[in-house]
Amino acid sequence: MTPNSSPHPAANLAANPLPSHSPFRSLTAVAVPLDLANVDTDQIIPARYLGRARPDQVQGLFHDLRRDAAGQLRPDFPLNQPAFAQARILVADRNFGCGSSRENAVSVMVDNGFQAFIAPSFGDIFFNNCFQNSVVPVRLPEARVAELRALLHARPGVQITVDLQALKVTGPDGRQDDFEIDSFRRDCLLQGLDEVSLTLSHLPQIEAFEHTHRRRMPWL
Amino acid sequence: MTDALPSTLFEKIWSPHVVLERDDGYTLLYIDRHLMHDGSAPGFARLDARGIKVRRPAQALATPDHYTSTAGSGLTDIPDPLHRSLVRKIRENADAHGLTAFDIEDDRQGIAHVVGPEQGLTQPGITLVCGDSHTSTHGALGALAFGIGSSEVTHVMATQCLWQRKPQAMRITVDGALRSGVSAKDVILAIIARIGAAGAVGHVIEYAGSAIRSLSIEGRLTLCNMSIEAGGRAGMVAPDDQTFAWMHGRPLAPRAEQWDAALAHWKTLHSDEAARFDREVSLEAAAIEPMLTWGTSPEDAVPITGVVPDPASAPDAAKREAMALSLRYMGLQPGTRMRDIAVDRVFIGSCTNSRIEDLRAAAAVVKGRKAVIPAWVVAGSRPVKHQAEAEGLHHVFREAGLEWREPGCSMCAGMNGDTGLPGQRIASTSNRNFMGRQGRDVRTHLLSPAMAAAAAVTGRFTDVRALG
Repeated sequence: MTPNSSPHPAANLAANPLPSHSPFRSLTAVAVPLDLANVDTDQIIPARYLGRARPDQVQGLFHDLRRDAAGQLRPDFPLNQPAFAQARILVADRNFGCGSSRENAVSVMVDNGFQAFIAPSFGDIFFNNCFQNSVVPVRLPEARVAELRALLHARPGVQITVDLQALKVTGPDGRQDDFEIDSFRRDCLLQGLDEVSLTLSHLPQIEAFEHTHRRRMPWL
Repeated sequence: MTDALPSTLFEKIWSPHVVLERDDGYTLLYIDRHLMHDGSAPGFARLDARGIKVRRPAQALATPDHYTSTAGSGLTDIPDPLHRSLVRKIRENADAHGLTAFDIEDDRQGIAHVVGPEQGLTQPGITLVCGDSHTSTHGALGALAFGIGSSEVTHVMATQCLWQRKPQAMRITVDGALRSGVSAKDVILAIIARIGAAGAVGHVIEYAGSAIRSLSIEGRLTLCNMSIEAGGRAGMVAPDDQTFAWMHGRPLAPRAEQWDAALAHWKTLHSDEAARFDREVSLEAAAIEPMLTWGTSPEDAVPITGVVPDPASAPDAAKREAMALSLRYMGLQPGTRMRDIAVDRVFIGSCTNSRIEDLRAAAAVVKGRKAVIPAWVVAGSRPVKHQAEAEGLHHVFREAGLEWREPGCSMCAGMNGDTGLPGQRIASTSNRNFMGRQGRDVRTHLLSPAMAAAAAVTGRFTDVRALG
């Protein structure tokens, strides 16, 4: 079948003033390296912090990696080092944010000041959750991400720029790398669009679809 | 018309659910069924804050699972007041939005991913989402099912749709006959060990081949459940006669002439012979042995006949360091034979392995033997629990010294407080061996119900085939 086509749903929004997220355009900030692959969302925020009020989750960020069994900060964990205290970008390794769908893994990063992640790949659900929280997940080639982490280790506290408008990451070495992001997601981030309102602006199309769908699969 | 072109099973479900497609390929996808649980409260809160009602409440179903107690079956058995309020909120939210919820005492309550298929909510050809990553489970019946975050939960509540980029299609073929003592859990652990925890990122996996066809529906549910542990967006198996027979008569399955219409559609749901997959992987069934994990990622799996790997054998420095970190956490030395590792505790349950066949497999191993370490058996739902009791399995477990508990997610996620103690080594039929998953500094090893039962009666990892 041929789906209904709507080339620019974002354009429909111009007429509708909407509650919006804060837009993301470009960010230049201290970046912190995390050299582990397959960091799962249980590491980002352990389950015991879920179900609590959001302010009570803030201290859960990387809790068990950050603190020893006695609750003391581990000095070798990058986020505990003073040079990275102002970090707003995390440079991670392969499959960052895999595992549980808990959106708290993104929101707790936001509440600790993070607005962008750079990694060779991300867990799919975590990746989608980023966009719901005005956070930009940037995928770059594995070798370049490893190089960025090495640069951050060598000169702790240096900055990286993530430019969503130009789709470029500028490393501390001045090298620029292009990255790709779906234009739908980019539009939403740049304009701080609210997805629910955006989708509800398509309600007539959804209703028409449902009408056909029910005829086609009446048992549903 | 796409009908004329050879299509994959995935495409045959995806295409009829496209509400609209942007020029950049981003798609508004229609969602047929929405499963909710006691973690869905933030989704409702966001909806309420905007003054929006659930758009299609008849397409939703809620059941408490993560925060329920396995010590008793009532609300008052939940010790943490916060957890109790999350379970209570399911009823409040369901009533406010006019949708069906199974209360904690309801005879149909259980883990969402056990309840959905059991009740017939999950059907071939549908799209199904839930705010839980193990939603991939439902693909076992030929549905396109995947987990979403809580903002997307709100989005589905409000619109019955989701914005999606079309995932790529991957086929994993397992041909041949599985050896005796080898289960669906061993197959999926072998697959993840082969392709890695990120091996299927961005892909929907279709499991195919004679070994997959020969799996029971419950085995397929186990298989698809862990697709997410390979990074897969979803996992699915084409529905067949076994699926149709399994669906028939379930409370929410189509009836009478609706059944005939549904069945005719379901029979078209298979990948065409000439369908193209973006990626293909194949495994030989006969080469798969009973598997278990040694590390802190589900990809860290080896056969029970194997040894703890040596980080020195890793292909690069990063992998070497990751392996060393895992081994430190797990308290294991390279070269140790898996069957020489002592176990402190056993957990049989979770959305991966808590169905009746799982419990039968575990009971068959412990029957006439005695557990030498603490071991829990947690049925996936009340119907599973009743069925097991009707078969006398609870007596078998109790006589062998295992604890027979109330249904829920329990020690898989540990959210209800069912956790181990620091340093404990747990043989677990769940899906994640992440650091801290079953409690801080708890060491989790993933394996099948039969292998977990074998560990319970020997106190160490044991090749279930050698127990006789």
